[in-house]
Amino acid sequence: MPRLAFDPEKTAPILISGRSMAENKTGIWRSIRPQIDKEKCTHCMVCWKYCPEACVDIASGIPEINMGYCKGCAICADVCPADCVEMVEEVAR
Amino acid sequence: MRKVLMGNHAAAVGVKLARTDVVSAYPITPQTQIIEMLNDLGESGQFTGRFIKVESEHSAMAACLGSATVGARSFTATSSQGLAYMHEMLHWVSGARLPIVMVDVNRAMGAPWILWTDQTDSLSQRDTGWMQFYCSSNQEILDSVLMAYRVAEQVLIPAMVVYDGFTLSHTYEPVDVPDQKLVDEFLPKLENAYALRPDTAEAFSALPSPKEYYRLKARLDHDMTRALGVFEEAGKRFEEIFGRRYRLIEPYRCEDADTILVVSGAPASTAQAAVDDLRKQGCRAGLLKMRAFRPFPAEALRDFVRPGTRLAVVDRNYSQGHHGIFCEEIKSALFPLKSRPEVYGFIAGLGGGDITPELLKEIWKEADEGRADASTANWMEDAR
Repeated sequence: MPRLAFDPEKTAPILISGRSMAENKTGIWRSIRPQIDKEKCTHCMVCWKYCPEACVDIASGIPEINMGYCKGCAICADVCPADCVEMVEEVAR
Repeated sequence: MRKVLMGNHAAAVGVKLARTDVVSAYPITPQTQIIEMLNDLGESGQFTGRFIKVESEHSAMAACLGSATVGARSFTATSSQGLAYMHEMLHWVSGARLPIVMVDVNRAMGAPWILWTDQTDSLSQRDTGWMQFYCSSNQEILDSVLMAYRVAEQVLIPAMVVYDGFTLSHTYEPVDVPDQKLVDEFLPKLENAYALRPDTAEAFSALPSPKEYYRLKARLDHDMTRALGVFEEAGKRFEEIFGRRYRLIEPYRCEDADTILVVSGAPASTAQAAVDDLRKQGCRAGLLKMRAFRPFPAEALRDFVRPGTRLAVVDRNYSQGHHGIFCEEIKSALFPLKSRPEVYGFIAGLGGGDITPELLKEIWKEADEGRADASTANWMEDAR
């Protein structure tokens, strides 16, 4: 009989992976990418604050976007007061 | 200490006594007073839990999901459209096995826009993997919040405490507010072995294989069934400490009853008066109060019924195109019996219409005299 054979008490109730979600490079979902005009950037950090992926690095003063996680949502382009973020088409891979 | 409390305040006092760590909610009538009172209690220092403000019910449940994942005792409350808006998160929370407790104050679903009570909002969440416990007095509301946390945390399944909008939520009744020390004895601090630890890199509920998913769902079902026993044990312990006993189903004057009203929520209190009246008239009437809807107490129900008795199920809810929802669940539970009692389904009080003792007595008589149609829902209304 193709009955499910398992001991529920010995089966964990939830799925926990010892691997970090950081390994999940969700940036591959992106179809448009943000391009920052470094001349126009005023270092106001608004893009850093609004990025829902927390993938804007501002350690060097000028925002660096981690393309491993950026999904191209364009929120940074929308909120940038200096209007220095342009969204450009990803080239087909 | 006995206090005069409205149902919503009884719920809030229960949440405070449970030493809830995190509350996140969005206002919606008729639930809002629960959250308002918790904030008042927070302001005066009597409630020390953290309140997370959000912009929607979906986010309220998502905030609770986060807080429960790190092992915090978490609470939210909602009604009607707000509960419907949470629907996606409800599945997620039960799948992630987070013992969140939520109050749903029953309010009918729009359209048309309506504030009054019926149970179609909570019963529409039947398949989300949440436990559901129905209350018929303000005392039961406070006690059920404590019971819900205890059961939820033992089986790692979220629980909904459900009661009637306005009829209970805004109505004042005497409520025994238990001593904090006794509550602490009944409900120890939450120790969730599966909580996220900040010092460990772990991913929760990431993509499983079909085999893993299938086993997780079978495990959830196993624990949902186990919850029936855990609830009974919690009820015994509750009685030892507080002197009040709660069961999955609660019979009233059923010993020699020919026909039994089956009722949940506030109308179950009214039905006691109806049964007393019918008994005075010499009718062999009884009442079965349904307290648990999920897990469904099918076995308790099968043990309880006798062939030859008639059940008159009163549903203040409806599954369009079929039956009252308690009625269909009861019929399904009784189907495996060789000789089954007759089951009549009655719809009453949708959108907050009064379910009076007179109406309940008429329902009882229709079932007792075989005047009702057993094959379809019988729509009833108080004549006034």
